[in-house]
Amino acid sequence: MRYHPLTADDRAAMLAAIGTGSVDDLFAAIPADKRVDGLLNLPRGATELSVERTLGRMAAKNVPAGSVPFFVGAGAYKHHVPATVDHLIQRSEFLTAYTPYQPEVSQGTLQVLFEFQTQVARLTGMEVANASMYDGSTGTAEAVLMAHRLTRRSKAVVSGGLHPHYRGVVRTVTTMSGGTVSDLPPDPEGTEDILAAIDDTTSCVVVQSPSFYGHLVDLRPIAEKAHAHGALLVAVFTEVVALGLIEPPGAQGADIVVGEGQSLGNALSFGGPYVGLFATREKFVRQMPGRLCGETVDADGQRGFVLTLSTREQHIRRDKATSNICTNAGLCATAFSIHMSMLGGAGLEKLARLNHANAVKLAGLLTAIPGVEVLNDSFFNEFTIRVPGDAAAIVEQLAGRGILAGVPATRLEPRHPELSDLLVVASTEVNTDEDRAAFAAALAEVLG
Amino acid sequence: MPVYFTTDHEWIAVDGDIAMIGITNYAQSALGDVVYVELPAVGKTFAKGDEAAVVESVKAASEVYAAVSGTVTEVNDALVDEPAKVNAAPETDGWFLKLKLADPAELDGLMSRSAYDDYCESL
Amino acid sequence: MTMNTQGRPTAPTASAPLPASPTFTGNRGLDIAEPLIFEVGRREVSGVDIEDAGETPFRLGGHARKTPLDLPGLTEPETMRHYVRLSTQNYAIDLGLYPLGSCTMKHNPRLNEKMARLPGFADVHPLQPLGTVSGAIELVAECGRWLLEMTGMASVAMSPKAGAHGEMCGMAAIKAAIKARGEDRTIVLVPESAHGTNPATAAQLGFKVVSIPARADGTVDPEAVKAKLSPQVAAIMLTNPNTCGLFERDIVAIAEAVHAAGAYFYADGANFNAIVGKTRPGDLGVDAMHINLHKTFSTPHGGGGPGAGPVVLSDKLAPFAPVPFVRFADDGSAEFVETRKQAAGSATPFGRITAFHGQMGMFVRALSYMLAHGADGLRQASEDAVLNANYVKAQLMDVMTLPFGDVPVMHEVLFDDRFLEGTGVTTLDFAKAMIDEGFHPMTMYFPLVVHGALLIEPTESESKAGLDQFVGALRHLVERAKAGEVEAFKAAPVFAPRRRLDETAAARNPRLAWRAPEPEGRVAAE
Repeated sequence: MRYHPLTADDRAAMLAAIGTGSVDDLFAAIPADKRVDGLLNLPRGATELSVERTLGRMAAKNVPAGSVPFFVGAGAYKHHVPATVDHLIQRSEFLTAYTPYQPEVSQGTLQVLFEFQTQVARLTGMEVANASMYDGSTGTAEAVLMAHRLTRRSKAVVSGGLHPHYRGVVRTVTTMSGGTVSDLPPDPEGTEDILAAIDDTTSCVVVQSPSFYGHLVDLRPIAEKAHAHGALLVAVFTEVVALGLIEPPGAQGADIVVGEGQSLGNALSFGGPYVGLFATREKFVRQMPGRLCGETVDADGQRGFVLTLSTREQHIRRDKATSNICTNAGLCATAFSIHMSMLGGAGLEKLARLNHANAVKLAGLLTAIPGVEVLNDSFFNEFTIRVPGDAAAIVEQLAGRGILAGVPATRLEPRHPELSDLLVVASTEVNTDEDRAAFAAALAEVLG
Repeated sequence: MPVYFTTDHEWIAVDGDIAMIGITNYAQSALGDVVYVELPAVGKTFAKGDEAAVVESVKAASEVYAAVSGTVTEVNDALVDEPAKVNAAPETDGWFLKLKLADPAELDGLMSRSAYDDYCESL
Repeated sequence: MTMNTQGRPTAPTASAPLPASPTFTGNRGLDIAEPLIFEVGRREVSGVDIEDAGETPFRLGGHARKTPLDLPGLTEPETMRHYVRLSTQNYAIDLGLYPLGSCTMKHNPRLNEKMARLPGFADVHPLQPLGTVSGAIELVAECGRWLLEMTGMASVAMSPKAGAHGEMCGMAAIKAAIKARGEDRTIVLVPESAHGTNPATAAQLGFKVVSIPARADGTVDPEAVKAKLSPQVAAIMLTNPNTCGLFERDIVAIAEAVHAAGAYFYADGANFNAIVGKTRPGDLGVDAMHINLHKTFSTPHGGGGPGAGPVVLSDKLAPFAPVPFVRFADDGSAEFVETRKQAAGSATPFGRITAFHGQMGMFVRALSYMLAHGADGLRQASEDAVLNANYVKAQLMDVMTLPFGDVPVMHEVLFDDRFLEGTGVTTLDFAKAMIDEGFHPMTMYFPLVVHGALLIEPTESESKAGLDQFVGALRHLVERAKAGEVEAFKAAPVFAPRRRLDETAAARNPRLAWRAPEPEGRVAAE
């Protein structure tokens, strides 16, 4: 087997050094009646060429986003990632290193994490960020648990504009840990009155902007009301590129900001791995989940970086830890950070501007189709349209014409049939004018 | 001023009905460099054995228990900015909090210094 | 013939001592100091050329940024330099032996990277029409099928994002199953030697953690478990092979006792890599177990993730698995169940633990690894991992100390610090000295049940020659410690990009984000 350096002679010599006759003697602690002799129903090993054939056949059955006019968003976005990013994250020293437990030989990873934390803090308008969560959805659930700890309350108020899957994760994790969730109904029009749901038992208000349906939300009055009741504002985003163009949540009074960072540096990859961004105020840092990298000096006085404030974490605090998270999304955070470094502040603004312009153009084309209505007054690169008919069926028809058109709201909200005519569509920098024209023409034809 | 000790490596110095609580030299040495101390609010009431404060080093975190029942009258705010005081002077400047004793009889169950020294020897 | 006689010397002249003064740059040859991007980048600079947006109107409804985004940019060549220089300050499995016990730093085949980057896997969206991702669903299902074959379990939840997330998934399934029985059980038993994630997970789900002491031989005593079992106990969380590198020889008795008390058996599968093809957790009485694909199946650790932690479940727990999952019809066709509504009828999922379908990129890598190994290769990997650990043990046990005596170990060998007694050298010093020998240190001070623990996991990826060099280095270090070179140990490492770092200062005065230095004039005025 090409991955195993030991030869038969090596194995014999090593067994002799150990003083045992066979390798099976080393497994003697396994009860005899529970041992198996290999894995009978699995094939034998395969050559590299053969593995490529097998997996290549599976891959070929899928339609890659880059091969068609592509308008699917709803929490994961198709963006162009510079070739440099993928090259750099495949450097052995980033790819095949472990968590930086030995800082003297991990300064590369640690400095990247320190830069990542600073980038995320500045993007969100917050003071501190951690070294990443699994993804935006698990980060949101962790933010709710953190708010429960900080306020010593246990009820989260959740906006109907929060991504339905995120709402599912928040509900599952919060209720399992003994808290409650007060869910507002789906808010496709962006008109919900979340202020009315906040009271003195609220630990936090969870609001997404741009919302799942694309609406931009003014967080200021929500922060004000939450704070007046001793509650915290958890601001969520699923499209980080939006922060190049819209006011950051930190400037609007958010106490915890969480979001999905996949858009920068990371592939769609059918849902993972992604990277959760998590930022907060300095005064809350001891209740923050996840790893933190901090600056210090070494014995010679040279600047260096270490993992710090670890007493919050599971390996020290065990059942009193702020979270059970251990492995996070290190390499995805590295990819994010490299892409962000390449863009720079002005570059991200320009990219965001292009995304917005593309979505505005698409909205214009779709609105022109009889019977199609755009629900949004404001949006970034994604919005919701009402179509005359079943959105899920229309998406299938468009897929048949080689256009991946968006996400029917009922795919994520199956218990809300009243949303069956709604389609959430995104347009990023990858779409050309031809792509948008093809989408509009095909939709007009299908609705014909 | 009588001083008492617990098996949780805390000391309790009693002055009238006020008990001053801190951690022992043995405890600070076992924890290593103290980097963070979390103190309770003045006015908070604890039953004997409740978690009253938290002390953390780089590699360990530990609760400081209310060795006796009582109400917090004062906390050592200086530790928040200078947690190193716990290492430098654990049984003087590094005190954590003062409690107004709810039941002075609880002191009877605590150790004397010599008993505590023997206890540390045995560990 | 003409000759250029101004040729340079082609052999070194007499060697001079190292210069005392530092270099102008602060660099030392290939060891190049690299500032932060905030110190070298500029907001207006970009390494990405972006098409102009033109004159399209804004529809931001008054939500536009009011201040420019203050983040530095780098051009492409500057980006390359910055990150390549940083990378050279990292140790890596591709560079040398990385014996972190319980972390399984094995070779990461690049075939897996290539497969994960096929556009059919990397460039598909989780919410595309299902008809356009049938190959992706097939891959998830196939990866799951291999896991079930290896573990002998009934069902698998693929969505957990890492090991600890898998623990949460498995324990949530247990909580849901108990609730479905109309019971309320609040206690979870966790041995002292467990990973910190086990008690943290149980506590996060609202359980009270009760600790089980280890017996003198480093394993869990079924009698100690029985003593703590009651109608209040929901589950035991047990790592097997355990964190002392030992197979829990009474695991069947423990499982039977746990089941007799109406509780469930959660297995932490972090060390599954020792037993693939040798025994199956399902046969041992396990109800739920997460599998760290980044350990056993070699998906790269990437400096701390991403991982993937699919959870295999017994038939008792299978109905409670979270959405989404793949359901198979009698004809073998796969259905992708995304919502609880869709699941209704055959299952009652406890909920959802992540937005989409889990770590697809990791499933591709893991399946690529499984296919390459096959049944025979996977068993060989387990055997070689165990053989390597026992070889290291055999070569070191006369100079280092084994807490549980000379018994066969599984994939990792645990030493304690008794061999350092009286030398003044601690486990930490010993680990740091290994850096100067060109090795990453082993896991230290874990598990907590052993004083000054040194946990070595060589994995199957090491050659005998590599192990012999490693063993030689450790024996050399032991000799030096015993010869009284304590000062040298305290100073280690000296040949690393940094000397020991001041973690106390980092924690007392946390600097978690870069801030522009104060202008010099103001500092002087203070």
